[in-house]
Amino acid sequence: MSEAAEFDYEGAKLGMWLFLFTEFMLFGALFMLYGGSRVLNPEQFHAASRELDAGLGVANTMVLLTGSLFIASALSALQGGRRRAARNLTALTVLCGAVFLAVKGFEWAAHFRHGFYPNGPALKGAPPGRALFAGLYYLMTGLHGLHVLAGMALLSVLWFWLGSGRARPDHFIALENSALYWHLVDIIWIFLLPLFYLAA
Amino acid sequence: MSYLDNEGAPAWKAWLTTTDHKRIALMYLSLIAPLFLAAMSLGVTMRIKHLHGGDFLISAQTYNELFTLHGVVMIFMFVIPGLATVFGNFFLPILIGARDVAFPRVNLLSVYLFAAGCALALFSIVTRGGAADTGWTFYVPFSVRTGTDVSLAVFSVFVLGLSSILTGLNFIVTTHRLRAPGMSFHRMPLFVWASYATAWIQVLVTPVIGITMILVILERFFNVGLFDPAKGGDPLMYQHLFWTYSHPAVYIMIIPAMGAVTEVIPTFCHKNVYGYKAIAYSSLGIAFFGSLVWGHHMFTSGMAELADMIFSLLTMIVAVPSAIKIFNWTATLYKGSIELTPALLYALSFVFLFAIGGITGIIQGALAVNVFLHDTYWVVGHFHYVMFGGTGFGFFAALLYWFPKMFGRMYNPKPAYWAWALMFVGFNVFYFTFLVLGTMGMPRRYYAHLPQYDTAQLLASAGAFTMVSGILILAGDLVWALFKGARAPDNPWGGMTLEWKTASPPPKENFKERPVITSGPYEFNPGRRA
Repeated sequence: MSEAAEFDYEGAKLGMWLFLFTEFMLFGALFMLYGGSRVLNPEQFHAASRELDAGLGVANTMVLLTGSLFIASALSALQGGRRRAARNLTALTVLCGAVFLAVKGFEWAAHFRHGFYPNGPALKGAPPGRALFAGLYYLMTGLHGLHVLAGMALLSVLWFWLGSGRARPDHFIALENSALYWHLVDIIWIFLLPLFYLAA
Repeated sequence: MSYLDNEGAPAWKAWLTTTDHKRIALMYLSLIAPLFLAAMSLGVTMRIKHLHGGDFLISAQTYNELFTLHGVVMIFMFVIPGLATVFGNFFLPILIGARDVAFPRVNLLSVYLFAAGCALALFSIVTRGGAADTGWTFYVPFSVRTGTDVSLAVFSVFVLGLSSILTGLNFIVTTHRLRAPGMSFHRMPLFVWASYATAWIQVLVTPVIGITMILVILERFFNVGLFDPAKGGDPLMYQHLFWTYSHPAVYIMIIPAMGAVTEVIPTFCHKNVYGYKAIAYSSLGIAFFGSLVWGHHMFTSGMAELADMIFSLLTMIVAVPSAIKIFNWTATLYKGSIELTPALLYALSFVFLFAIGGITGIIQGALAVNVFLHDTYWVVGHFHYVMFGGTGFGFFAALLYWFPKMFGRMYNPKPAYWAWALMFVGFNVFYFTFLVLGTMGMPRRYYAHLPQYDTAQLLASAGAFTMVSGILILAGDLVWALFKGARAPDNPWGGMTLEWKTASPPPKENFKERPVITSGPYEFNPGRRA
């Protein structure tokens, strides 16, 4: 009776994929809400979307995708036995996350200065639907931002583990699962970008 | 050395830091059982109130809080987690010949999350706003506007959801990865199949309720207007999101009970189960179609007519896999050598009561009839036939079946028979009267009732009190057995599945040697096909 003590690589990956399904369903509910709300207020969603800067949105997409490239390279570096390179690439991914959040922070600050938030000055007298767009925008990008933050925390832990040897060429599941998580965060953003920034 | 032995460590430490799936199951049971009795006493209070049509015993506001808390505790803390966390945790690994679940530490985390969720909901009783008074569905706009502490209640549902997701995730990976050598999917006991199907629903739909509950909190604090037509939102969207989880959730509640009953029936008929594959795949069928019928809760809410018709059709379809199970249980009984133990008696009651619950569900799934029955006592009656007649009796059947294995003690069957008689008769008097009251027009969730309902209300209350006395007798019998019961043999019922091939209570590592599986789970008469 020792099968529990043995490490189960397939099991660990299956568990991670199931967890990612739950994340998709979490955002899925919000996408459903977005869809319903947009069908009810097509013009207002179109108009409210002008507040967002598509250029910044696209730039941030590039930042996230670059992070994905880094973390995927980190994994293959580790599998190839180059632990040091894996460690540096992981740090670069965390950096990408930080840049993404910083840009997002500037965007949100600008929106608040313009009074673009539910019950804010710019939206108080606006036709119904516009504040709804703003509400969904903060809700969905905010929740996504929390996921970016969680991904950064996860990868920071991995950075230490790559140093200490808890993540190593013959035991890379933690890095692989964290990378999967990072890709999830990316994929969700790829849907958020057109729904909010490119709706205008 | 049994799993109940602390091996020298202080008891509190040995229990609170355990990752043993069997101990975690008992930790769940020790939380769920008192919560069930507490929520039951809330129900009894409401039945006492209805002995009088007008102002009596409690205020209308308290009544609203009572039925909300009764619903929230019963649904999110008893019927949803009940069988999965107690019997699923205890027996799923044993039934597939594993040592533990795939992620034992995650399992411990889930029980702590569960405890935290329960504590949050109960804490809302003493906060300034008071317990939520919205009903367990938390419908907007009332849930956003009421002064009671809805935020705390829905946050508790969010935390309980997290716990439920982790349990489901664990069960799926365990089923896929930790089966003993020779245990193919088609040799798994049917309780495992049921738990596996349930786990998929848990993983896939629970996040939806999680985020929906968070939306209610955001609406209460920031007034975004997601569900407010004045701001461009739509209250129907809330109902869609809520039922996207909460309808599949009723299958989270019932499928494990079906699985447990499927273990009990062949054992006490001493006969292979009839239609193994049909039962196994009908669980998956229910899980799949059950996720597509949520709209039947909203027939009177003003959905598009076409949507109404599609949801009605799908509702009829989901009855098919449920009926398959009923036919198979009945066919298993046919020509079996039936031993009417308490466990089998409760399991057969499950089949009978669940059939009534299912058929009343079909009736109200028809669009024209639904308009008439919606929001009446009929719906409450139907729901309790499924959830208490079904899951409740299934829970008791499972408890009576597996009690000797879990605790290594035998209970006295005599009080369990008496308890059954009181529960079964009381239950039907209680909830069948509800069905009739509903067709007479008695609306649900009303504090007061008109004089023409006096007699029926009195009858329902009498049934409720009878049923509760049965539950208390059963609880007393089991608590007595826990301390004073005779030592249980390893296989008191002559069961064929793996849990009966190890000691009672099982050793810490479940089996002395890893079992190797060479046949199906219910081969009572090897060589003869059922």
